[in-house]
Amino acid sequence: MAKRILIADDEPNIVASLEFLMEQAGYEVKAVADGNEALAAVASFRPDLVLLDVMMPGRSGYEVCEKLKGDAATRGVKVVMLSAKGRDVEVAKGIDLGADAYVTKPFSTRELAAKVREMLGE
Amino acid sequence: MNARLAAAVTLFAGAALAVIAAGAAALVADLAPEERAQLASLATPARIGLAAVFAAALVAVLGVLLWRLFEQTVGPAARLAGGARLIAGANPGHRIAPEGLPELRDAAAGVNALAESHAALQADLDAKIAAARADLENERTRLAALMSELAQAVVVCNREGRILLYNAAAQRLFAGDGAALGLGRSVFGLLDRALVVHAVDELERRLGAGQEQATQFVTAPPAGGLLRVHAAAVIAQDRLDGYVLLLADVTTEIEADARRVALFQGLTETTRAALANIRAAIENLLEYPDMAPERRARFAGIIRDEAVRLSERLDGATAALSEELKVQWPLEDVRGEDLVTLARRRVESRHGLLTKLEDVDAALWVRADSFSLAQGLAYLAGRLKDEFEIREVRFRLQRGERHAHLDLLWRGAPLSSETAFAWENDAFRAGGEDSPLTLKAVVERHGGESWYRRDLPSQSAYFRFVLPLAGTAPRGRVAAATASRPEFYDFDLFRASAAYSALDERPLAELGFTVFDTETTGLQPSAGDEIISLGAVRIVNGRLLTGETFEQLVDPDRPLSPESVAVHGITPDLLDGQPRIVEVLPRFHRFAEETVLVGHNAAFDMRFLQIKEPVIGLRFDQPVLDTLLLSQVLDPQAQSHGLEAIAARLGVDVVGRHTALGDALVTADVFLRMLPLLAQRGIRTLGEARTASQATQYARVAY
Repeated sequence: MAKRILIADDEPNIVASLEFLMEQAGYEVKAVADGNEALAAVASFRPDLVLLDVMMPGRSGYEVCEKLKGDAATRGVKVVMLSAKGRDVEVAKGIDLGADAYVTKPFSTRELAAKVREMLGE
Repeated sequence: MNARLAAAVTLFAGAALAVIAAGAAALVADLAPEERAQLASLATPARIGLAAVFAAALVAVLGVLLWRLFEQTVGPAARLAGGARLIAGANPGHRIAPEGLPELRDAAAGVNALAESHAALQADLDAKIAAARADLENERTRLAALMSELAQAVVVCNREGRILLYNAAAQRLFAGDGAALGLGRSVFGLLDRALVVHAVDELERRLGAGQEQATQFVTAPPAGGLLRVHAAAVIAQDRLDGYVLLLADVTTEIEADARRVALFQGLTETTRAALANIRAAIENLLEYPDMAPERRARFAGIIRDEAVRLSERLDGATAALSEELKVQWPLEDVRGEDLVTLARRRVESRHGLLTKLEDVDAALWVRADSFSLAQGLAYLAGRLKDEFEIREVRFRLQRGERHAHLDLLWRGAPLSSETAFAWENDAFRAGGEDSPLTLKAVVERHGGESWYRRDLPSQSAYFRFVLPLAGTAPRGRVAAATASRPEFYDFDLFRASAAYSALDERPLAELGFTVFDTETTGLQPSAGDEIISLGAVRIVNGRLLTGETFEQLVDPDRPLSPESVAVHGITPDLLDGQPRIVEVLPRFHRFAEETVLVGHNAAFDMRFLQIKEPVIGLRFDQPVLDTLLLSQVLDPQAQSHGLEAIAARLGVDVVGRHTALGDALVTADVFLRMLPLLAQRGIRTLGEARTASQATQYARVAY
């Protein structure tokens, strides 16, 4: 069965590309546009990995990440944070809150796809 | 004295009577019985009485003689001693009136002669000392003058944080902060103690490590705003002896910095996000060339939209940055010639152009941001060189009607007015200049105009900048001419020791004093009399600081009695609209903080202060000295201990009496003259002065 990817980002112009990219890689994809929806979708859609934007309405990506990793039921979900905040303190914050990877925008789609594949153990 | 005299006379009379009685008894005992009987028959009661009267008369005559002798010797001798001490101590001009026995009169004349020669010697010595000190004083005055003209605020402190020196800029910086800035006061009243202590520790560490002895911090003082403080060590004998603080109000600077950082971060983040969107879309297009046409169109649309948005954001950020830079440099009064020189140097060094001067009015001062103007002129010269191969430019500065005209001239190919207009609106990016500012923005900042003119026949052209003229008198120069400066500095405080807790142990000469006086509606604070005027002056290290005074009229909220008006001359209309005592006393409390209070008949004034303590919620609990009591200590025989009498005895000129500040000044002068006299009597510390005061009889008078 295909692995599931949840994309949480409020910018439709990046969501379009990420959705396409992940579908082409053979994953089942769902996209949401704010932090609260992201948490709800984790419960209902049960993704294997979340591509999580840091700056979102509702809850920030940091908060969503911290919630996911703080809950035994969702701890296993891989989190890749995507952010235009590229200062080292922000990267350190994401990693410390439990993110499995922190990718600074702009990024190479090919590298992102490879990273996702690797994190899902494929 | 009288008791001593009475006791002596009584003792003498008793002894004389005893000797007479003993003589008579011995005489009687020596007689044969018949002679005794004969004597007894001779000794009728009348005769015995007569003999007794004679004996008593003899004793009385001798007693009176003794009394006279005493008056001629002991009293004059005591006054002679007191006078000699006065001459030696406080008033070398005092002379002793001869009295008593000729020998004592002679002694008085001798002391007076000694005083004359001592005075002559002293005058000579004083002249020599004065000459020797003149150099040192010159140095100090030069330093003080330098400090007071510095635009930057300077405060110098000793190791313990006592302020030794400050300048006018520091005074302005802390102007809103009451009387917190003053010689001998603690710098911790102005700046956060923890930060200052940390800086001092850092200085000591650097001193130990052989590093540069300066550090800096930013603090938010109680008065508000933000200060950047540079601390540099004052070193004596390889030890940290104190520190110099250079203070700058960086409130606007730091706010501007914060805005610029926010601008930059916002720009970075939006740019990254937009680039991410563009890159992901492009990479998808490249990676999957076979995607459906509608999807392809979608990604292409994303790329175009994001690119447009990105340009818009960059334009917005550039505009915002340009606004920021507009306020970066304040407009200042600058000599036109200096401005031209600055611009020439920039044009020459940045663009390698030749420059010449043409008609520069040397007397002209303009109000300008010289840096951005020089940048603008260099930008123009750079474009002229790059785009029109101009090799030489000239500067001209003339006075217009209400403005100054600064022109950049050149010969050669004329510019079209469209080009000139475009140059005015472009950011400074030509040849070596790199700033988002535009000429238009620079000119707008100066509230002026700029235009381009060409003269076809002579093949010459110029850009003209119209700049505001400076105020008629350039600021910052006039102040140097004023003669008397307040006493802003006292380096002797470097020697002041640390502990303020054990004030009683401290020598009087080292303490800070607030000498004060009040004028009141009447004499009975407990019956509702009120303060109507409060004056005070500070003494630090034995120096009267006439530059740090406190003077305030107070609305007493009650009518003035005609008698009191006669004393102080303050009429009710003068007090209308003055602050109430509840507003004045907290300010005075601050002024007098950490000093010993001194007053003449201070008990009276203190009563007026203390009765208000519950109302103002502050206590005047510092030690108090009273010149009235100290005069008692020094001169118990004196007829009067009134301020004027003491002043006359000590040779203090009395001016402006019966104003609170005037009386405080006289009291301070008197107090300073008393210090050496007290020292002669072994009274050197505050504790000793207080104990001696309490022992005098006046100390028991309570209001």
